[in-house]
Amino acid sequence: MQVSMSVNGDEVTEEIEARMLLVHFLRDQLGLTGTHWGCDTSNCGTCVVWMDGEPVKSCTVLAAMAGGHEVRTVEGLERDGELDPVQQGFMECHGLQCGFCTPGMLMTARALLDRNPSPSTDEIRQAISGQICRCTGYATIVRSIQWAASYEAAATVGSAS
Amino acid sequence: MTVVEPRPLDSFIDNDEKPIGYGRMLRKEDPRFIRGKGRYCDDVQLPGMLHLAILRSPVAHARIVSIDTSAAEAHPKVKAVVTGAALAEKGLAWMPTLSNDVQAVLATDKVRFQGQEVAFVVAEDRYVARDALELIDVEYEILDPVIDARKALEPTAPVIRDDIEGKTDNHCFDWETGDEAATNAVFDAAEVTVSQDIVYPRVHPAPMETCGCVADYERVEGKLTLWSTSQAPHAHRTLYALVAGLPEHKIRVISPDIGGGFGNKVPIYPGYVCAVVGSIVTGKPVKWMEDRSENLISTGFARDYIMRGEIAATRDGKIQAIRTHVLADHGAFNGTAAPVKFPAGFFGVFTGSYDLEAAYCKMTAVYTNKAPGGVAYACSFRITEAVYLVERIVDCLAYELDMDPVELRIKNFIQPEQFPYTTKTGWVYDSGNYEPAMRLAMEMAGYEALRREQAEKRARGELMGIGVSFFTEAVGAGPRKNMDILGLGMADGCELRVHPTGKAVVRLSVQSQGQGHETTFAQIVAEEIGIPPADIEVVHGDTDNTPFGLGTYGSRSTPVSGAAAALVARKVRDKAKIIASGMLEVSVADLEWQKGAFVVRGDPSKSVTIQAIAMRSYGAGDLPEGIEGGLEAQICYNPENLTYPFGAYICVVDIDPGTAEVKVRRFVAVDDCGTRINPMIIEGQVHGGLTDGVGMALMEMIAFDEDGNCLGGSLMDYLIPTALEVPDWETGYTVTPSPHHPIGAKGIGESATVGSPPAIVNAVVDALKPYRIRHADMPLTPSRVWDAMQGNPKPPV
Repeated sequence: MQVSMSVNGDEVTEEIEARMLLVHFLRDQLGLTGTHWGCDTSNCGTCVVWMDGEPVKSCTVLAAMAGGHEVRTVEGLERDGELDPVQQGFMECHGLQCGFCTPGMLMTARALLDRNPSPSTDEIRQAISGQICRCTGYATIVRSIQWAASYEAAATVGSAS
Repeated sequence: MTVVEPRPLDSFIDNDEKPIGYGRMLRKEDPRFIRGKGRYCDDVQLPGMLHLAILRSPVAHARIVSIDTSAAEAHPKVKAVVTGAALAEKGLAWMPTLSNDVQAVLATDKVRFQGQEVAFVVAEDRYVARDALELIDVEYEILDPVIDARKALEPTAPVIRDDIEGKTDNHCFDWETGDEAATNAVFDAAEVTVSQDIVYPRVHPAPMETCGCVADYERVEGKLTLWSTSQAPHAHRTLYALVAGLPEHKIRVISPDIGGGFGNKVPIYPGYVCAVVGSIVTGKPVKWMEDRSENLISTGFARDYIMRGEIAATRDGKIQAIRTHVLADHGAFNGTAAPVKFPAGFFGVFTGSYDLEAAYCKMTAVYTNKAPGGVAYACSFRITEAVYLVERIVDCLAYELDMDPVELRIKNFIQPEQFPYTTKTGWVYDSGNYEPAMRLAMEMAGYEALRREQAEKRARGELMGIGVSFFTEAVGAGPRKNMDILGLGMADGCELRVHPTGKAVVRLSVQSQGQGHETTFAQIVAEEIGIPPADIEVVHGDTDNTPFGLGTYGSRSTPVSGAAAALVARKVRDKAKIIASGMLEVSVADLEWQKGAFVVRGDPSKSVTIQAIAMRSYGAGDLPEGIEGGLEAQICYNPENLTYPFGAYICVVDIDPGTAEVKVRRFVAVDDCGTRINPMIIEGQVHGGLTDGVGMALMEMIAFDEDGNCLGGSLMDYLIPTALEVPDWETGYTVTPSPHHPIGAKGIGESATVGSPPAIVNAVVDALKPYRIRHADMPLTPSRVWDAMQGNPKPPV
């Protein structure tokens, strides 16, 4: 079957099997290997991407279901060569080690801050609780997201003044 | 919350000391990871690449009666179907394990654990490969399985390893250490003895990236390139050469970015061999990636030790001896990765951080119908089990003596002046200063205040526990005089080349799985030679481009390869000094090193930078007598001893008396890993290990039913901590350098994994003191804690 969708702002149309998962479509068909696969059961969250602005686990979404929708992946976080603050926050606060869960964490973090620009520690932990990181112990991920929130708050104040 | 001033997004100055050497520095590898530009095995796409899937046994123990692959072979998109019988014709049906046992690549006679490899399919895409597995028809004759290690040596137990000639039981090996007679004598005369059965259940490393590879056999050149999730690419290459008969110079093993290892990626798994065979058979590149269930049910597990710990002491709390008997479940094949002379790994450090009169351990290892093991799960070769045993049994003693567990530990610590300290099982601890670390942890935790809070809460019927552990690790295997894996000495090479413009490339034999080697090793070299880390490229994980060495596991990268990096840099610096003496027309003795330049003693205006020396070394004009052009060196470092990091951990838990749910409220970790290279990376390593500890202590277990069905075969069944199960870690440190390591550094990768489980369990047991509980086995899930609260703690099954 044929499927068309917007991926990181680009319109794509591809011939796929109806059973193809979105994660495999992105990785194998489009070569966007930033989105990872880790469990098959929606537990680990390494495959999180956005569909119409909402984080979804792309291992449990058929590519066909994404047809007509807007998909955004980690490759779409950087805009015009500028890192998203959550990307920078993860670097600044050591929010990653092996880097495998990182793309999913970044997409969830970005979605959280879009909804809630100054989340509490508990709200951050709740937001990333559908995702597993085996390396960091989460505290530095929480700090990374707080860093991004602070950065954005300061930037907002800066531009208003 | 951190307050951040607005500034350009690309100016990374906030937390970064930008050291030319040691200090907090942002990681050089991160820019690719945060953009989704990491390159992991499954990201490798080659023209014409095929996909491999493995058919696995649905049962734990059965004879293979027949395999019919005709329907799978008839599938139009299937390129090859291979069974054990086909491999046997090529002599490849069995392969050696890292413990000198053998393991079936594909089963020929019997299957010996659920999930064992039976056949593989190579097809045009990953979906078709899986479809074709459904078309293979295997007839099994079911045999009784051996699941409980305690019953493995019963005379009536079915013999699992009848592939070994003359094998009539399930005995794997016996091992002992220490002095049995001396230990028994101390126990016989002791005022107090305590005995406790302690189980360390089977758990799994479960890295976020599963195991897999891409094999590309090029027929004309006869060259095999293997991208694989390997923590030890050089060792793997040599073993492929020895096993498959491929010439070693025609094998290139590449470990690209690896999504976590934790020991899970040390062994050679049948899947890698299958992919190599698949590529040879089809003439195309072949990719094999496990799914999560395959990873959990078939690859290197960890632990599975059934232990009896005994401790002898005086009534006032002087510990005299520790004795232990261990029944080790090694699964169907002995796949443990440990130095050959150490079949029980480094379990011999079960004497802990205490000055004892005697110690003895007797271990029996058995085969069962479970998956074979690895070095797995940040265990430093079985030290996790040893530390858990000693730190639990010491707490049992504190319980019986009604003594504070901190007081009991401090009373028995090895004293600073006793180092180097030879333990009663023969380990030479290089350096330590234990009490200050313990005191710092108590101060950070507010230990006395916590005890007061606990007393108040107990009076109100609330369950609060404070758990303590103090551990000594043994990492950096190891001296080649007594440590090798399948005959390969555990030394590591390092090459450093300074280019004409003063930029450098350092080539390592070890491989990062997230530890940040590209940063840490650049800092080690920078510290020695004064070239900024940003100007030093770290190359690793490719056997064609790096010197030989045994890889990254057992926290060995900094102790072994880190020493190699420092020494190779000093070798380059020594040569640079001679060139500098020529440039400045002074004698070598008149030069002194100021990081980054040689300066004439007494005349600071006369100096040359390392960059200028590099240009000179390649440039025109004569060099000093006997000096070759270029600025590079190579060494192979053989460690003199292991390094012995240590730490003091305090955990605070609250237990809901109504639901028996354990909540880790606080965790204070004080670690001493000697010289600290990058504090940010060290803290990250500790955080990760603490989280592992929460998983093992409270959540994780690979359980089996009586038929040998694995009950932990998905992340819905095998529970790993999320952000909601762990607290905000509180870390501190002391610094006691290693005396024999060139920069005084010790390993840190596994300290927290080793030290945290006993602290958490001790805290839970402490919380349950009102119930007169002295011990309860992991994982302390609500149901198991509830059982303990009913006076009925059960060993895990």
